[in-house]
Amino acid sequence: MRGLRAIITKEILSFFTSPTGYIVGMIFLIGTGIFFTIDLGNPFPEASLTRFFVGLDFGQTTFGGVTLILILIAPILTMRLISEEQKLGTIELLLTSPVRDWEIIIGKFIASFIFLLFMIGLTLYYPILLFLLADPDPGPIYSGYLGLILYGALTLSIGLLASTLNSNQIVSAVVAMGILLILYFADYASTVVTGFWSTFIQEIGIKSHFDDFHKGIIDSHDIVYFVTITLLFIFLSIRILESRRWR
Amino acid sequence: MTTENLDFIIEADNLTHYYGPQPAIDNVDFKVQRGEILGFLGPNGAGKTTTMRILTGYMPPTRGTVQIDGMDIVKDSLECRKKIGYLPETVPLHTDMTVKNYLSFMGSLRGMSRRSINDQINNVVEICRLQDYYKTIVGKLSKGYRQRVGIAQAILHEPEILVMDEPTIGIDPIQVVETRRLIQDIGKQQTVVLSSHILPEVSMVCGRVLIINQGQIVAEDTPDNLATRLQATQQILVEITNTNTKIQPVLENIEGVTDVRRIRDSENTTFEISVADGYDVRDEISRVIIENNCSLLSIQLNSMSLEQIFLKLTTTEGV
Repeated sequence: MRGLRAIITKEILSFFTSPTGYIVGMIFLIGTGIFFTIDLGNPFPEASLTRFFVGLDFGQTTFGGVTLILILIAPILTMRLISEEQKLGTIELLLTSPVRDWEIIIGKFIASFIFLLFMIGLTLYYPILLFLLADPDPGPIYSGYLGLILYGALTLSIGLLASTLNSNQIVSAVVAMGILLILYFADYASTVVTGFWSTFIQEIGIKSHFDDFHKGIIDSHDIVYFVTITLLFIFLSIRILESRRWR
Repeated sequence: MTTENLDFIIEADNLTHYYGPQPAIDNVDFKVQRGEILGFLGPNGAGKTTTMRILTGYMPPTRGTVQIDGMDIVKDSLECRKKIGYLPETVPLHTDMTVKNYLSFMGSLRGMSRRSINDQINNVVEICRLQDYYKTIVGKLSKGYRQRVGIAQAILHEPEILVMDEPTIGIDPIQVVETRRLIQDIGKQQTVVLSSHILPEVSMVCGRVLIINQGQIVAEDTPDNLATRLQATQQILVEITNTNTKIQPVLENIEGVTDVRRIRDSENTTFEISVADGYDVRDEISRVIIENNCSLLSIQLNSMSLEQIFLKLTTTEGV
């Protein structure tokens, strides 16, 4: 377990000492800030964080918000994790150290997750403002944040997988964004078909699962979805890292 | 396990590794004794790095086994890796950390306790003479100092085995000398396996040399013995005047002489005489030259340098 702790500590340190961490954090705050401002400017001020969570309202659907921003930002956070080790060759020392492959992947995941929690934590001043200045319904805000944490973990796990796949950070980021955008837009595509496939595509998509949370619904099937997909991608990352030894 | 096995800290058996259709190494067998400094010598692409990577557990061999202190590198990988310190060829380091932080990270990665990390960092920083660069960011160090950091991390956890891939490549001559001395010092307590394509280095540092070429071990011996063995085809240069046509056949008839070639022919004639192993024919040569009424100007034994041995071993014609 010392190895796992060493990796977590090192990665967290490197998030907080590298410019990338701060730039990503800044963009995240600016982006979410814009959507929160839209929340405040809502013609029917109901003191909620709907725009912040899911973006602009287009009647049938919504677009934007922290869910979209995370799709663009999580891959930037994770792209370095394994790709850089492969590029620098430090993976050779990592894999010949007495640490298990899962400790490397889980350690890196936990570190990026802690940084994400830190970033999400910074946005807490939006609801704090709401509570100070208005009278919001706390339920959807709490459940929304719970959903956001689960959702964030999922985006990171996909980013981590992409980073494990190759040694080029840009490619890692683009691949992760690609997968995430497909999952994000799957919902929009679900209206094109009907019946089983419509349900199937909707269940695969991340958006419908997140929507429940920001509406104040904590549904076990949404939690199972996020946790399962996250674990699946972490598992795949571990497997791919292991397969490096056999290639 | 037999007691005989315990004398060898590394036993590699029939190692074969394929990257593509061609084997990078092919049936490589060797054993390393505790406390020995073993050198792998071979040209680029001979399979040195592949062998090192298999020894350190970075990748498993396609076929064959490696036993580290009686444990299998694939099955008991984690236990084996604890015993090994590794310096890869390119000296990969986390460039955004300070030397201290980097070493401390590598220490905790290897499961060392906080206190022993601090003690050992002080120790290795002294050994590798990094005191002045303790708080410098690794990325800002020159190649030579990075090499030292690389060595420092490899010996940090006091491994029983130190594996170094081309430890002196790309650093300046003074640092090369220092690095060799360092390796010799380390080799007094620990087992060292290193690879190199520089002959004098290997013969200076190593107690035993494996010459590897195209994935196969073509020779194995102490540097001295290797030189002796290869004098199997020692050459003698003889310079004479007043030569006549009879002299060449006479020289060829001396017992032990395998070949006589006339290499310079002006006022004086020089013959290059190849002699089989175990014969010293200088005495005989000088006698027959005088007997045939020629004048002997000079005679010299042209024993081969390791460089020539190396070239000879690693050209496709073989030994």
